[in-house]
Amino acid sequence: MSLLEIKNLHANVAGREILKGIDLSINAGEVHAIMGPNGSGKSTLAQVLSGRDLYQVTAGEVVYDGKDLLEMPPEDRAREGIFMAFQYPVEIPGVSNLYFLKAALNAIRKHQGLSDLDAMDFLALVKERMALMEMDQSLLNRAVNSGFSGGEKKRNEIFQMAVLEPKLAILDETDSGLDIDALKIVANGVNALRSAARAMIVVTHYQRLLNYIVPDFVHVLAEGRIVRSGGKELALELEESGYVGIEETVESA
Amino acid sequence: MSTSANTIETFANQEYKWGFVTEIDADTVPPGLNEDVIRLISKKKNEPEFMLEWRLKAYRHWLTMREPTWANIHYPPIDYQAISYYAAPKSNADRPKSLDDVDPELLRTYEKLGIPLQERELLAGVAVDAVFDSVSVATTFKEKLGEMGIIFGSFSEAVQEHPDLIKKYLGTVVPSSDNFFAALNSAVFTDGSFCYVPKGVRCPMELSTYFRINAKNTGQFERTLIIADEGAYVSYLEGCTAPMRDTNQLHAAVVELVALDNAQIKYSTVQNWYPGDKQGRGGIYNFVTKRGACRGVNSKISWTQVETGSAITWKYPSCLLIGDNSVGEFYSVALTNHYQQADTGTKMIHIGKNTTSTIVSKGISAGRGQNTYRGAVKILKSASNARNYSQCDSMLLGDKCGAHTFPYLEVKNTSSQVEHEASTSKIGEDQIFYCRQRGISTEDAVSMIVHGFCKEVFRELPMEFAVEAQKLLGVSLEGSVG
Amino acid sequence: MTAAPTNFLEHLREDATRRFSELGYPTTHDEDWRFTSVAPIARTTFVPAVSKRTGQEACPTGVEICKLSEAQPELIEAHLARYASYQTNAFVALNTANFQDGLLIRIAKGAVIEDPIHLVFESSANGQPTVAHPRTLILAGPDSQATILETYSGSGGAYFTNAVTEIVAGDHAVIDHYKLQTESARAFHVSTLQVQVGRDTNFRSHSLSFGGALVRNDINAVLSQGCECTLNGLYLVAGEQHIDNHTCIDHAQPHAASHELYKGILDGKSSAVFSGKILVRKDAQKTDAKQTNKNLVLSEDAVINTKPELQILADDVRCTHGATIGQLDPEGIFYLQSRGIGLADARNLLIFAFARDIVDRIKVASLREQLEQILLEKLHGTRP
Repeated sequence: MSLLEIKNLHANVAGREILKGIDLSINAGEVHAIMGPNGSGKSTLAQVLSGRDLYQVTAGEVVYDGKDLLEMPPEDRAREGIFMAFQYPVEIPGVSNLYFLKAALNAIRKHQGLSDLDAMDFLALVKERMALMEMDQSLLNRAVNSGFSGGEKKRNEIFQMAVLEPKLAILDETDSGLDIDALKIVANGVNALRSAARAMIVVTHYQRLLNYIVPDFVHVLAEGRIVRSGGKELALELEESGYVGIEETVESA
Repeated sequence: MSTSANTIETFANQEYKWGFVTEIDADTVPPGLNEDVIRLISKKKNEPEFMLEWRLKAYRHWLTMREPTWANIHYPPIDYQAISYYAAPKSNADRPKSLDDVDPELLRTYEKLGIPLQERELLAGVAVDAVFDSVSVATTFKEKLGEMGIIFGSFSEAVQEHPDLIKKYLGTVVPSSDNFFAALNSAVFTDGSFCYVPKGVRCPMELSTYFRINAKNTGQFERTLIIADEGAYVSYLEGCTAPMRDTNQLHAAVVELVALDNAQIKYSTVQNWYPGDKQGRGGIYNFVTKRGACRGVNSKISWTQVETGSAITWKYPSCLLIGDNSVGEFYSVALTNHYQQADTGTKMIHIGKNTTSTIVSKGISAGRGQNTYRGAVKILKSASNARNYSQCDSMLLGDKCGAHTFPYLEVKNTSSQVEHEASTSKIGEDQIFYCRQRGISTEDAVSMIVHGFCKEVFRELPMEFAVEAQKLLGVSLEGSVG
Repeated sequence: MTAAPTNFLEHLREDATRRFSELGYPTTHDEDWRFTSVAPIARTTFVPAVSKRTGQEACPTGVEICKLSEAQPELIEAHLARYASYQTNAFVALNTANFQDGLLIRIAKGAVIEDPIHLVFESSANGQPTVAHPRTLILAGPDSQATILETYSGSGGAYFTNAVTEIVAGDHAVIDHYKLQTESARAFHVSTLQVQVGRDTNFRSHSLSFGGALVRNDINAVLSQGCECTLNGLYLVAGEQHIDNHTCIDHAQPHAASHELYKGILDGKSSAVFSGKILVRKDAQKTDAKQTNKNLVLSEDAVINTKPELQILADDVRCTHGATIGQLDPEGIFYLQSRGIGLADARNLLIFAFARDIVDRIKVASLREQLEQILLEKLHGTRP
């Protein structure tokens, strides 16, 4: 059984239809890249999967781990093991990174029938993951994303992912605004989390990220539909020819 | 699953529902203000001559003054002749006999706020004889303070029992001519607190209004005077988290604090006056003049306040830093929800040498609330080596509320250090969604964020007050989460 | 190489010349020039400097550098003077009318250039005051990454440098820009840096200003969606120097973040101005803008005017601004003295510490070292 099954998904935002029938099947252990021109619906797909209620689903279904995903509120999706690394992570002033993560992790554990993680164990886990993401420990006591540069915010997202250990990770344009060095660290973190039990959806506009996070499958989204799917070579092909070829395909369809 | 796009709006949309029936007293003076009314008030309170003279002088001055207008507050004009300026304390016969007679909604709020049973009775105005324990607690407390030389009681009592102290200090920090509402208050004040702590004495407990006998008659024109003599320390708590309603819409209180050499006064307020209904009608107008004079060398006055109520709040607790090395502090959380309006802030006036002031102001606006911070830091020419740090943060919940910041910095001495920071941020759907996507529920998220925003101020409150204040904030922001 | 686009450039110069004569030099009645009088410039007659290009090293792959007059006409017409406005700014008009040569730097799409591209402008004047109008146009392709360093220095004399640099970056580019100004003590330096960046770009500029008698730096950045813009500045003035830093960050689209940190050290009878404008347009929701100006005033006669200007037309934004003006902490000085450090050294240590975080943000090691050296030299002369 696949981990995530999307069938004929249609979604609107502010009355306008963005997703016009998405079909996608993702198994545990796989990394799928979703690429496409701006406005194609990439981020919309990610947001719909995470449960953002700005978007209305007008048709279709999404089955996650055998359950109806669209029926679940966002916090339940999170507690069932879905994690989204946001394109624009927000700041939460006054709430420290440490406190926030502990609240999140314990909420997820509680849902899974586990008790709160012991303070010492939690700290040890956190320190280990910070080292993986080459982050300074002092960031733990800073407010969530507060005063972080764009690159640091992206790194913080992956760090959170490393602590929360989701079953399905959705990375929404994690590479935008990053220079090469920051990109390498982020990609390193993501790669360290690849496992047979975990699936990832990597949404990106630019090909460079996929040199570092090599996908198993690449799908191209245009005008709200997946118009091409292939292996990792597809990404290289796109880099050469750009999205223009794809858009022409859509127009002629 | 909730498909509501307005999580925040649901949250702020709390119905401030409760009922509090106020009896109409037999012994009231008809509405209107003139010298006869003032004479009557003074007579009823058995005041010495000097007090009556003081009132009359203030009244005559008030007649020459004009009500101030502020750009950011709007309210229908107050008819000063339509207010009744004297009401006798309620007789026991008219009070609720026990908590069973009190509005259950009110009791539910007390429950939510975690107010102890005995205090609920006091707050609900249950007749004194039925609450034997409270009275005895209050009396023992007063005796203990007396042994240390600390005078603490109602202002009216102090006028009779300690006229010298009153004469010496009353009106020296906030003269009657200071402003329109101070003048009015000086003429018609009903009661309040008086506290004097002698040299070198550290008051061993937090003084609060609960322990004043006859505290039930919450005056609309309260007058408070607190004096800390050389080396003394006192922490005073005003107000309470429980919702307070009064048919008297206008509240114009005056609080004067005097700290002499090496003395320290900590004045904490938690205020939850009735803010009006969901449409903003009928709430209380809270116009307060609070000022502390750090007269002595090394003296310190700290104002800490959590304000969640009133339809309109206008108050600027201030410090005059006269003595060398004196310290003034202002920590505030002000919440405006529904149609509330608040124009609050502080004034720190640096006069002596090496003075320091700290201002931390947190404004939370929700619903259609309008929150204005108005702060003035004045460093006079004589104030060499003055230091000020101001931080004014506003948090907006939703998009129909407003926050405005007007800092005034007037520096006339170049050896000073002044630091000012202001920020406005919105806690919107994004922050809430971010938390939810990490598994944290909406209520927990709002609570976590608001607490994080206010924690610097809560840290300054005496502990029990801080716990109550946090709960109060939670209750004030609570919505019918469906 | 095709022939120089004489028509376009000629028209441009004519237009700019006409505009300058219409505008004239700004006076202190103009809001933007309230605290800076350019009368000393206005009343001096300058002769055009003789420019000597001392050649360049070989360009790495992905970078092309050539004179504006020798560049492809389509590029010049599409970009030159399209960003820095000579309609509103007299100095930009002056530069546009009079620049000689000028430089075009092109960075190819996707190119990652490791070494900094260093532009050196050195001036000197021995008799009559001279004027030079350095003009640079930098076009960075999408997905490219480069570091650009401009240094303006002078060995002596009175001269006027009137520089304009336009940087246009495509989507997802990462640009690190540095400007080091060590003009001679009698020089006038006016510069305009105009930045136009595409989506998701990361733009960082560091302005380091030490020389000149009268200095005015304008930085204007127009941001697109998802951009991150960092403006850092360090200025040190003493004697009778005057420096005016004007910045304007235009959040034209949503989700962009800008951070500004400008630090100033003032001594003697110097004066400094910081005017930071942040414009958040109506649709620029989720803007995050932070602006800080900190000043360390070492003498009683130094004057600082610091003024933030926030024009916020969107309602879902986060904007913070702060300014401080202070002196050296006597407790800190005493602490160091009590550990055996002399007064002059103690003061210098603290001043250095104040400048520290700007210095630390410089990623080009050689520039950082040079900066530390300059600071040491400047501070060495500070009286206790």
